[in-house]
Amino acid sequence: MSNRRNVELVLLVFAWLLGILGTLQVGWATGEGTPPRLWITTGAVALIALVMHLVVRFRATYADPIMLPVGTLLTILGLIMIYRLDVADARRAQLNDAPIPTPDVYSQLTWFAIAGILFCGVLILLRDHRRLQRYTFTFGLLGLFLMVLPLAPVIGTTVNGATLWIRIGTFSFQPAEIAKILITIFFAGYLVKTRDSLALVRTKVLGVGLPRAKDLGPIVIAWAVSLGVLVFQRDLGTSLLFFGLFVSMLYIATQRRSWLFIGFFLFLGGAYFAYSTFGHVQARVTVWFDPWAYADTTGYQIVQSIYGLANGGILGAGLGQGFPNLVPFASTDFIVSALGEELGVTGIFAILLLYAILIERGLRTAITCRDGFGQLLAAGLSITFALQVFVIIGGVTGLVPLTGLTTPFLSYGGSSLIANWVILALLLRISDRSRRPDLSKVSPDDAMTQVVPRVNQS
Amino acid sequence: MSELALTLVRLAFLGLLWGFVLVTVLVLRRDIRQPADSTSSSKAEKKSKGRQPKPPKPPKISRKQKIRGTRLVVIDGPLVGTVVALEGGQITLGRAPDSTIIIDDDYASSRHARIYESEGSWVVEDLGSTNGTWIDRSRITTPTVLPVGAPLRIGRSTLQIQN
Repeated sequence: MSNRRNVELVLLVFAWLLGILGTLQVGWATGEGTPPRLWITTGAVALIALVMHLVVRFRATYADPIMLPVGTLLTILGLIMIYRLDVADARRAQLNDAPIPTPDVYSQLTWFAIAGILFCGVLILLRDHRRLQRYTFTFGLLGLFLMVLPLAPVIGTTVNGATLWIRIGTFSFQPAEIAKILITIFFAGYLVKTRDSLALVRTKVLGVGLPRAKDLGPIVIAWAVSLGVLVFQRDLGTSLLFFGLFVSMLYIATQRRSWLFIGFFLFLGGAYFAYSTFGHVQARVTVWFDPWAYADTTGYQIVQSIYGLANGGILGAGLGQGFPNLVPFASTDFIVSALGEELGVTGIFAILLLYAILIERGLRTAITCRDGFGQLLAAGLSITFALQVFVIIGGVTGLVPLTGLTTPFLSYGGSSLIANWVILALLLRISDRSRRPDLSKVSPDDAMTQVVPRVNQS
Repeated sequence: MSELALTLVRLAFLGLLWGFVLVTVLVLRRDIRQPADSTSSSKAEKKSKGRQPKPPKPPKISRKQKIRGTRLVVIDGPLVGTVVALEGGQITLGRAPDSTIIIDDDYASSRHARIYESEGSWVVEDLGSTNGTWIDRSRITTPTVLPVGAPLRIGRSTLQIQN
């Protein structure tokens, strides 16, 4: 199979041009004129994307050609929207004679650069994803440590009721985003070793084949930890993501539907417990049932978001022509409703398709991967994307109760952007390994070097 | 900026966004189809290959027909769906990380079996595995011809040669 690096380059240029057009439109529509630092910012984006492309070209030559451009386009759309919200904030500050807030777009751009460096670092330093398997339990412990880090007395910070951040000086970070990757690696490494006993050994309880108590241990621990996150850090989104990830990886590893049922009932139990014990969970659910009854208080965000989406309609108000800044946290949790207002249903569906394509490529990488660890890792990483997109876009549109998760690549926020680009780098590394046509040295006792091209199933 | 121009830019942006999605889907489609047979690859595909080294030429048709069976497919087990093209040389199966198909299974040996080409057909040889290599229901002891469609069982995996 030939490599597809030139296709990737063309798509990257396409994404970049779209970015310029979008930025120009924001400037023109808001009356700012051509944005003052247009060429510096778009030049920086082009430079980051080009460096990432070159690293992929030389270090992961056979990797999937679609994932990098799609990730870049989503990041660019996020940057456009953040810039647009900056303009709106500055406008409002001017009207109120308040000092103009510092624009977020430059710090997001800086985070993108850092994410790009980490992306390249992963691809250059990690030549074979199977090396990660050696450190399964190290990663697991490190992941757990990072998850509880925000509870530490000095550096842990509570923002808007959730203890998710650590703050050192002026620098704040969400360690759970990185923990998410480490724990996926841990799950993959752990499940690839134990999946046989998880899948095969079972005892009959009331006519249902259940796994032994010993094998049930890890899932119960995962459940307890995710509940712990909910109790102590008061973060619904992360605990949902963490538990959903573990159940789906168990299912993929063992191909036993019973894990899905067990997971579902554990989820119901946990959800009921959380609902009856915690006020903030209860508040989220009541708002979800009827946001309009609380339109001025707890439901304000979601109602504004729905108004915004309605204002967008089919074709959208147009970039720079809506009022997305009326929704609180428009640049983080609610960036999708901001994009929905200005790009309309047409734009939202394009964005959803981009996510679908990204996840499909990830899952395909998992299917074509030749070793069990790589399969599980690729599947798990794609599932983190899928769960995040579902939970946050579902929350913003009122499909499921709103939980605070970031929208991958789009949302304003450094930790999330970095984590998602590292995930993308790992997926590209696995994809490169599984699509590489020449497996050098197949058998040590075989003098002939074998060439076995891969064939994807069509 | 006039209202009309803004509307045009707005629609152009949406159109181009969808254009990107469609181009991506086209690339994706070609990517899925591509390797089945390189003889029918389209012009655009050749163009996209650029200066990259060409993949090795598949064996001539006549030989291919004689061998019968062009790909090895995992039809059951943890790796289900994996496909490896059979194009000369040999394929090794087992738990060793340098195997062509890594069967990560407690019932497979490190170097479990190999499949090679001999006199126009594909032959399976057990490399002294603990739990054996099975064609259909019989355990093989000597190198045995693997016909197209016959289930080859190694540990919990089942493989099959397909055309």
